[in-house]
Amino acid sequence: MTQMITVSLTVNGKPRTVKAHPDTPLLWVLRESLKLTGTKFGCGMSLCGACTVHIDGKPAFSCIQQIQYLEGRSVTTIEGLSPASSHPVQKAWIAEQVPQCGYCQSGQIMRAAGLLKEKPRPTRAEIVNTMKFHICRCGAYRRIIAAVERAAKEG
Amino acid sequence: MTSAVHDHSALKLNRRQFLGYSGGLALGFLIAPSALLRAVDASAAAAGTSLSAWVHIGTDGTTSIMLPSSEMGQGIMTSLPLLLAEELDADWNKVKVIQAGVNPAFNNPVHFNIQGVGGSRSVRGYWLPMRLAGANSRYQLMANAAERWGVPIEQCSTTPGKVLHRASGRELGYGEIAAFAKVRSDLPPLTEKELKPRPQWRLIGKDVPRVEVPSKVNGTATFGIDVQLPGMLYASVLRPPVATCPFPLYNTGAENGPVSVDDSETLKIEGVVKVVKLDHGVAVIGTDYWAAVKGKRALKVEWRKGSVGSKYNSEEKLAEFGAIARDLSRPGKTLLWNTGNAEEVFKGAGRTVSALYLNDHVHHACMETFNGTGWLRDGELDLWLPTQGQTWARDVGNKVTGVPKEKVHIHTTLVGGGFGAKAELLPAAEAAALATAMEGRPVKVIWSREDDVKHGAYRPATAQFLRAAITAEGKISGWHHRVVGDSVFLRSRPFAYERLKGFDAIVIVGASTPYGIANKLHEYVQQDSGIPVGYWNAIGNGYTTFAVESFIDEVAGALGKDPLALRLELLADPRSRTVVETVARMADWRRRRPAGRALGLAFSHGGEWNAPAAEIAEVSVDRRSGAIKVHKVWVAIDPAVAVQPGHLTQQIETGVIWGWSAALRERISIRNGEVQESNFHDYLVPRMDEIPEIEIKIVESGVVEPSGAGQIGVPAVAPAIANAVARLTGVRLRAIPMLPERVKIAMSKGGSRLA
Repeated sequence: MTQMITVSLTVNGKPRTVKAHPDTPLLWVLRESLKLTGTKFGCGMSLCGACTVHIDGKPAFSCIQQIQYLEGRSVTTIEGLSPASSHPVQKAWIAEQVPQCGYCQSGQIMRAAGLLKEKPRPTRAEIVNTMKFHICRCGAYRRIIAAVERAAKEG
Repeated sequence: MTSAVHDHSALKLNRRQFLGYSGGLALGFLIAPSALLRAVDASAAAAGTSLSAWVHIGTDGTTSIMLPSSEMGQGIMTSLPLLLAEELDADWNKVKVIQAGVNPAFNNPVHFNIQGVGGSRSVRGYWLPMRLAGANSRYQLMANAAERWGVPIEQCSTTPGKVLHRASGRELGYGEIAAFAKVRSDLPPLTEKELKPRPQWRLIGKDVPRVEVPSKVNGTATFGIDVQLPGMLYASVLRPPVATCPFPLYNTGAENGPVSVDDSETLKIEGVVKVVKLDHGVAVIGTDYWAAVKGKRALKVEWRKGSVGSKYNSEEKLAEFGAIARDLSRPGKTLLWNTGNAEEVFKGAGRTVSALYLNDHVHHACMETFNGTGWLRDGELDLWLPTQGQTWARDVGNKVTGVPKEKVHIHTTLVGGGFGAKAELLPAAEAAALATAMEGRPVKVIWSREDDVKHGAYRPATAQFLRAAITAEGKISGWHHRVVGDSVFLRSRPFAYERLKGFDAIVIVGASTPYGIANKLHEYVQQDSGIPVGYWNAIGNGYTTFAVESFIDEVAGALGKDPLALRLELLADPRSRTVVETVARMADWRRRRPAGRALGLAFSHGGEWNAPAAEIAEVSVDRRSGAIKVHKVWVAIDPAVAVQPGHLTQQIETGVIWGWSAALRERISIRNGEVQESNFHDYLVPRMDEIPEIEIKIVESGVVEPSGAGQIGVPAVAPAIANAVARLTGVRLRAIPMLPERVKIAMSKGGSRLA
């Protein structure tokens, strides 16, 4: 695999065609080819969740999704989650002043948005069992829980 | 919610446009050692450059305030400009925060007099300069308005964003004044005495939304790894097997570096642009990061063998450190904190208590791995860095490329987790070297998570021996604390190492016993093991407080005293006593816990942070697995002035979580110089379902002094847990992390009931 391929997919509602090595993780295509740097690199092994996007509407770790398998798929990144940060999860994140360094927060928000889409009124246990796959090294976990609960209530 | 905003457009601009204000009033301030600030006209026209302006007031009233150093989650992008805005009487909703470049005008007087963040020194360092800059800026505006109105300045006052002349009912907005104002160099500078008294504060102590938070929820926040430049290339570096993180002002890491490189397979990969042999590794530059990674994987490199670090085995080394710590015939360096004559007291002591404490290396594991972007063109170097040390990053750029310092431009991005890691400068050196290799094009170097874990600057592993001399009356008459470990300052701040005569104040920080004991001796026994050791969240305080606070509990046990009572007997400082008493009340210290649970107490004097803290942990132990569960942590803390109380509470809470993780789990293991951990599956950091319940009380002592808040929650956690386990089981745990296997071994040995 020393040569690049061309792949067409939909990103944040727009058709995009990218050139990359077939095993390139979606993460790097988003960040470099498409300049959508809100999606973050954390581990490269689906261990931390910083790279979470939605693929065909469901949260996924973009660091292990090879671009060669994404022809025709639809990807939503943090930049495409809502116009003007208007998603209830984003509003709750600001209201609760969740981020410290903030690096993991795009992934946390995309996961929380996915959770609320599936379960608009999650219990605290459901929140924790979903969000525990995301690392916040600053440790802002209590505010993340509070923000998801607020988004569920106010969303 | 309107509030101040972070203007990060400067990151996208060409350096020649950077802060090229047109019109308005640009005020610079020279920070003199006397802490007097003299206003200078910092407009581009007057100074030839506007880079030294602390504050600029636009004709529309927009007030731009410089952030002198780095935002990494500790909140200074809000709290520092807020100090200036308080005294300027600025309209906070019209404030824009702008990241400063490197200029001595922005140096932190308590942090090596450079620009950089570390040691929780930002609020402490800029507390006076930024408030004085604000007060003097306000005075300039008032003087200009008074002159225009033809009234004495004494008759003028301000409300947010406006100068008033109440007698005539006239007012002028700051923007209106900026349109005609001249910097009045004839005005006597205002001094500390003329700053607002505490009751008049309207911003300090009141929570405002943090300025950069909105950008952190929609993907627009720019961290180092996010920098985008035209025609940019990407790089990944293949690093040696041996842990290698040289501090590039003093070392290149060549001792473990490449001897020979075969890049024939690498160069066949589409997108690979160039292979660059560095002293400490081999870089592959590509049109995208993944091409560079693929190229890196295809390299064949022979590495230099036989360095000091390559012989390092962490378990054996720690045992060796322990033997040295106990061996009193091997004196260490002494410099600070000693009183009386401890050695004499121990010679004559009827009874002594002693114990040895150990800690392993730990890693930062910042979510944003090391990275840096360099661009060398027209004889000038630009570096975009998520750095905690802008001035030294500039010096590294100069050293690596030979570009004069005044032509090295540092662009500080948001930092995706610092914790001391981003005081490291190797990413800056790599970006500068690769920019040189690709002159004319920007290059971004990105560390993989494996690079980051295996080549960090770890918190030192140490052994600490403590002994106490006890009089016949049961009083502690002597205290002796020996710390054995590698020197952080020797590696990264040799000037500080020299100044302290080798007494590494970072490695041993926190060992300054807070307790009133007449004869004290503190020794640092330096080792040189060849493994990179660096700064970490609360650095030495993490393990020295573990040792001191575990040991005082052990002494209490030996004396048959309650740990709380003994601490209060030995603490004279009222603020310290207050936090200890407060946390004891919060946790209801004397109430018996249900079977299988116990409380442990620890105190952290806070040292230069000026923020004493006391914590109590409630724990249980699974005797079969050895796993410790922390059910709850209570914290009482006196930060003197809480600039942003809500954010301070979050800092403390997340510090407790950090301390919990360091106490129970985090460990870097090294065999033959190679770090065995590599990513988040084997270097475990806290996750949401694990964290203890935390209750925090900020004690307002009324003291008006700056304090540093970033790390204060961390140190007391580990000893509080160890003390709770000892009270519960009778088993004293003297090594962190308190891993289940260590707990099991300690329990199988029985362990005398000590506390």
